[in-house]
Amino acid sequence: MNNPANTKKNRIIRFQTGLAESGQTTFNGLRNTRGLDSAATIFISVLGWTAIFVLIGIAAFLIQSSLRAFDEVGIWSMIAGSGWFPTSSNARYGFLPAQVGSIWVTTVALSACVPIGVLSAVYLSEFASKRFREAAKTVIEFMVTIPSVVFGLIGLAVLVPLIRQHLPVDSGLVALTAGLVVGIVCLPTIISISEDALRSVPSELRQGSFALGNTRWQTAYKVILPAASSGVFAAVMLGMGRAIGETMVVLMLAGNAGIIPASPLEAARTMTGTIAQETGEVVRGSVHFSVLFTLGLVLFVITFAINLFADMILERSRKKWRR
Amino acid sequence: MSGSKRKEVITFSDYDSRGARRVEAIVRTFTMIVTIAMMTLVLFLLAYLFVRGVGSINWQFLSDIPRDRMTGGGIWPAIAGTLWLIALVSAFALPIGIATGIYLAEIAKPSRPVRVLRVAIANMAGVPSVVYGLFGFAAFSLALGFGKSLLAMGLTLACVTLPVVITATEEALKQIPNEQRQAAMALGCTRARTLGKVILPTALPGILTGAILGLSRAAGETAPILFTGVAFFAPVATDVMQPSMALPYHLYIMATQPTTPAPHIVWGTALVLTGMLSITNAAIATWRSAKRRKLQW
Repeated sequence: MNNPANTKKNRIIRFQTGLAESGQTTFNGLRNTRGLDSAATIFISVLGWTAIFVLIGIAAFLIQSSLRAFDEVGIWSMIAGSGWFPTSSNARYGFLPAQVGSIWVTTVALSACVPIGVLSAVYLSEFASKRFREAAKTVIEFMVTIPSVVFGLIGLAVLVPLIRQHLPVDSGLVALTAGLVVGIVCLPTIISISEDALRSVPSELRQGSFALGNTRWQTAYKVILPAASSGVFAAVMLGMGRAIGETMVVLMLAGNAGIIPASPLEAARTMTGTIAQETGEVVRGSVHFSVLFTLGLVLFVITFAINLFADMILERSRKKWRR
Repeated sequence: MSGSKRKEVITFSDYDSRGARRVEAIVRTFTMIVTIAMMTLVLFLLAYLFVRGVGSINWQFLSDIPRDRMTGGGIWPAIAGTLWLIALVSAFALPIGIATGIYLAEIAKPSRPVRVLRVAIANMAGVPSVVYGLFGFAAFSLALGFGKSLLAMGLTLACVTLPVVITATEEALKQIPNEQRQAAMALGCTRARTLGKVILPTALPGILTGAILGLSRAAGETAPILFTGVAFFAPVATDVMQPSMALPYHLYIMATQPTTPAPHIVWGTALVLTGMLSITNAAIATWRSAKRRKLQW
């Protein structure tokens, strides 16, 4: 991390300050400031590390609550099982319907929002005036504040009737509808991260390209986009993580059917939707309850892997331009 | 990127000034249309919410309890529940989040464990909200025995909010030029004093913006509170061990329940929720940019 507080120059200054304080001379009229200083530092450091316990706690509780399902159903027959009949007398707990549903919704969402998001990012970083960019950023910030349940509601009111009218579906509650709205929810993530990536390309590259007679667009696609490609890719990955994890929109719009959807034009259930819908209703400690935690664990592992990957790419591209 | 591609980057071979300018104009216009369409969509959504919801907003709607099997009356218990949750999340997430941000920006030296902490925080932001819901249910409602209560919901939402507050605090602190720290230290301040007297007051607008952004995210979340204590109907809570209504859940349940539809309540709730969050964020953004103009270096 490029932390200004840890530059060499600053460390020297800190050292000198330390020298001054270790003697009895204090310039600010306080005695024993060193003790106070280290107490505050230790306090903040301890609080600083509590965050990591939340993440460890999430993993620990998910695993602990899944143990019964591992034991009685088996991890493989959940992950690769094709039937989700948790309440029938011959209960089957296959995740495939939910996993395939999640894949459809995510695919639709990304194919809607990646082109729009990246094109907007290119416009904002390469063509737009400063004023326009500020305005666009304000709008994007507003978009982040709209809760996903409100997007779900607007989807129900506006998009569902449209889809029902114009496409060969029984009801408008299909994976496509949910995917499109999830795409809108993911837009801010993709735009702001890929715009950051494009803008972090050093201006020398841009100027060099202009100097060689390239237009802005030639510069953008020959120089800037290739240089920022890893950052843009990371933006897409993070958008994908959001799309897979989005809950309320899919719960309201995807239709929550039990079968494996063959196309986005069928009602689907997703992993998030299944957890949200069923966890509140099952008997605590039952197999079904434990299976839902396993589904949560699967979701956690998938999003964790995606985010870790995106983080690694971002870190590498940050290093690339650091001097 | 392959080597051959790199060579291709800077080339005159396809240089054709008029063609290039035409393509430039087309691309510029096209990307601009996409961007403006995106912005229009957001403004359309906000306008749509306003138009559909504004008719239901009146004093009774804001101050009364739900009546006539949830098809009449107001939504005050849901508003109060959301305010309760905001207060609880502030109490839990802000101290820890801001402290972590200070630790990362001012105290931690680059090392492997600190790198792990950073990755963990970045990853926390990507954990799906419904997974936080499962965690909160298992950890706070069951293991710690808080049951279905405001406390369990507040703690769960605090976990969701934590990474937002941490990242915002760290960013705000990083933007303060190093000279400020050095000047304070040159005057004999210890690190704690530098932090308290110089760094934190300067970074306050940024930190507060991040905090409010985090809190408004928490206020709009539905999935984390689904299993930890949100109620279809409950009176205004008087202490933190009671279950409570909350605006996002009220909106969800009213919008999806098929038996007794009450569209005016649905759209009114949506407008109250979105309006609350938008107005707060607009206010804090204005305040921040005013502060920023004053503090320029």
